[in-house]
Amino acid sequence: MFLQHLLNGITIGGSYALIALGYTLVYGVLKLINFAHGEIYMIGANLGFILISLIPAMPPFLQGNLILLLLAVVLVAAVICSLYGYYLEKICYRPLRGAPKLTPLISALGASIFLQNFVMISMGAKDRIFPQTIGMQAITMGGVSFTLLQLVIIFSSIALMALIYWFINRTRLGIAIKATSADPYMASLVGINVDTVISVTFMAGSFLAACAGVMIGLYYGSINFTLGYLGGIKAFTAAVLGGIGNVPGAMIGGFLLGVIEALGAGYFSSEYKDVYAFFILIAVLVFRPAGLLGKGANERA
Amino acid sequence: MTTGNILTTDSLSVTFGGVRALAAVSINVKEGEILSIIGPNGAGKTTFFNAITGTCPPTSGQVFLAGQDITAKSPDEVARLRMARSFQNLKPFPEMTLLENVLIGREIHMTTGILATILRLPAFFADEAEQKCRARDLLAFVGLEHRRDHLARNLTYGERKMLEIARALALEPTLLLLDEPVAGMNPTETGFVMELVQNIRRQGITVVIIEHDMKMVMGISDRIYVLDHGELIAEGAPHEVRANPAVIEAYLGGGTHAPTH
Amino acid sequence: MNGHNLRHDLFYYLGMLLICAPFLKSHTVYVPLLFLGVWGLRRFAAFAGENRTITGIREQMESLVMAHSSLTVGSILAIALLLPFVSSNYLIDVLTSAILYAILATALNITVGMTGVLVLGFIGFYAVGAYTTGILTAKFALCGFWIALPLSGLAAMLCGILLGIPALRLKGDYLAVVTLGFGEIIRIFLTNLNALTGGPNGIMGIKRPSFGVFALDHPRDFYWFALVMLSLIVLVVARLANSRYGRAWVAIRENEMAAGALGINVFRKHLLSFSISAFLGGIAGSLFAVKQGFISPDSFTFYESVLVLCMVVLGGIGNVVGSVAGALLLIIVPEFLREFSLYRMLVFGAVMIAFMVFRPNGLLGSRLITEEIKDSADDDR
Repeated sequence: MFLQHLLNGITIGGSYALIALGYTLVYGVLKLINFAHGEIYMIGANLGFILISLIPAMPPFLQGNLILLLLAVVLVAAVICSLYGYYLEKICYRPLRGAPKLTPLISALGASIFLQNFVMISMGAKDRIFPQTIGMQAITMGGVSFTLLQLVIIFSSIALMALIYWFINRTRLGIAIKATSADPYMASLVGINVDTVISVTFMAGSFLAACAGVMIGLYYGSINFTLGYLGGIKAFTAAVLGGIGNVPGAMIGGFLLGVIEALGAGYFSSEYKDVYAFFILIAVLVFRPAGLLGKGANERA
Repeated sequence: MTTGNILTTDSLSVTFGGVRALAAVSINVKEGEILSIIGPNGAGKTTFFNAITGTCPPTSGQVFLAGQDITAKSPDEVARLRMARSFQNLKPFPEMTLLENVLIGREIHMTTGILATILRLPAFFADEAEQKCRARDLLAFVGLEHRRDHLARNLTYGERKMLEIARALALEPTLLLLDEPVAGMNPTETGFVMELVQNIRRQGITVVIIEHDMKMVMGISDRIYVLDHGELIAEGAPHEVRANPAVIEAYLGGGTHAPTH
Repeated sequence: MNGHNLRHDLFYYLGMLLICAPFLKSHTVYVPLLFLGVWGLRRFAAFAGENRTITGIREQMESLVMAHSSLTVGSILAIALLLPFVSSNYLIDVLTSAILYAILATALNITVGMTGVLVLGFIGFYAVGAYTTGILTAKFALCGFWIALPLSGLAAMLCGILLGIPALRLKGDYLAVVTLGFGEIIRIFLTNLNALTGGPNGIMGIKRPSFGVFALDHPRDFYWFALVMLSLIVLVVARLANSRYGRAWVAIRENEMAAGALGINVFRKHLLSFSISAFLGGIAGSLFAVKQGFISPDSFTFYESVLVLCMVVLGGIGNVVGSVAGALLLIIVPEFLREFSLYRMLVFGAVMIAFMVFRPNGLLGSRLITEEIKDSADDDR
């Protein structure tokens, strides 16, 4: 039983981690929580749905290569979402750089509401069921039942995290992001275009969130327009748990939250499943705001 | 500690993550004097102010205000003990008028409670009227009374510095800390502030100033402390400090002339 | 306006169109028209901002209203009192709703507007107040409304203090999220503690109070009662705003460090503003319970919290009258746009963003009470 819950927890946790990375990266460069990030995740899931629904319309020779098509779906959804991230930053955050903290927070709330309703009007308020694809058969090994899809999701999440880790630490743009996180003013003085860096940060976070969205859609089989709210809160909790602004922290926090949630739902009560995240959030913020891997205290100076 | 000292620090140290911003600084401020703290940039002067006011608690050492240990106290507690400070990077309340800005300084003197405020009892009106009157006097003292209904965000740099001082004075402090009060000012404005500080002292308030402007420091200080790299390197009357080789070394790195300008 | 700018704008809008297209499907055709409208509006706004005549007219109108503020308030109050005689019961119900929201907005304004603390789960206090009244008067019939009313306020205030003590030490973003968590936890508990709260079905049969012999059953009577409560609360909040308390709160909002250096115990003042906000929220909740006659967890969602926040922001952060104006605007105007209720929230979201980007001070500005302030940006320099 325990291993079962563990596995489920890791599957979900991977997605939390991917979304959490978006929060943590943006917080690093802007010292701001992107409240609308959850909606990007939701848009990713919905785009995944829209694109997968197009598959039956594809010519048969392509249809045979389902794996490739799914890959393409994820990629296209992620690219489109990264553009959503770009526009989100450009419209709702950039004009407010330097304004008191309340202003961009409310702007983000507005964006969140807008995006949620935009998708609701388009896709309807009811759940949408993902069409059956591959890897859905349950395999049982050692008392634990899982699907190939789950394994794929777990490995993909890890692969994406490795990708982003490589990007942040080994490419020029990634290092520019780190520099901007440390000190935006100094970064601009050494020739880094802070605007570009911030845009790229948003786009990267959105890319990951979209991947998580499609994967969750395939995993649970159904999505709706409200995913962003709960998913966003939980991913934010994961980011805070690991230490906001800390990239490995977001990854660890995500997996940890997923596992805690799965164990809690399995052993205690699944009705209060969503509350675990809130409690963890409040506990972390009150007792250890810096999170597991964070450094400075986040209390009022 | 000796009588007649309004403020004493005992081996005050502040360390941030490996950097010793202040190293065992022991200073005493005599009642009624004008004391200046000078030193090259980064010497730890503002850190010193932050440490004694509780803005940034010291890593070790103690601070005594009029004999009372205030080392662990928060900035608002220190303010209520009548030690006021101005900030180097100015902090006016932009969306409030000058009068309201100074009224915040009068907050600790106000006596009306919530009930009296809600019911608008006569005590409320009396309190407000008196504090507003005092605030206007303070603004007049720094020459800003005619702008009292203007928003603070529309002030010029020099006016903001004056507001900063008026606001600190509103606390009716016994000890006033001024952090670079004439930075960026021209000679006329500097002269005005020098006279202002002497007027403040005449009212019985002890003043400690952090400054770089030597005309002011040498002109009105009774005593000077010199900090460099977080350590106290000299102390004495202006003419003594001016000729002190360690001070000259710190400022000019081995030159032959004392800091003057 | 040079060619490069135009081309840049074109790509910009084209990109947006592209990413919206999957969701718009057949409606994609209309969107370029919308963009054209938005683009045109922005050009016009830029032009109007520069144009002397237009800004002059606006300033004249503003000073006219502000110069005769008591007259304005008086006439609005008179109209409000007489409205029920010319309105249908349905409209009176809408107006009463608006009044309750106005109380909520005024309460939230103390924390968000004056003190500058973003609270996202405010509706939790509304819920605590409503349920306290429901439980005391209906579910367990322990006391009448007039005792339940202050108790509801106190219950909410207690929650506010319990929440505030740990939460108010946190930085803005975190504080906001913790309050969000609070609101949600309240709702989840209300849904699950069946024995106390009636679970998802809530509590029914909450009776209207009566003033001795006058029962407040008729919508008109309750409307006036609510109006009286609103006036009292606005008066109290305005008096607090225009006193050392209001000034201290605004000082904390503007610059916490400087406020502390001037002797203000920032944490205590935070807690005070939070508690008063919560108390008033609880009072509003109590009124809501008796107005509707039944309550359930569905009335207390995050969406409601956001709605009240919108009212505060739109009306003018920190502005007491502004919150009331914001509430009236956001409840009454949508009534006339019932056919568009699907797009209502969409417009909400867009308007929130627009306000923050173009007019962060809200409709009536951010002074505590809108008054003539010599803004010397133009004169004696």
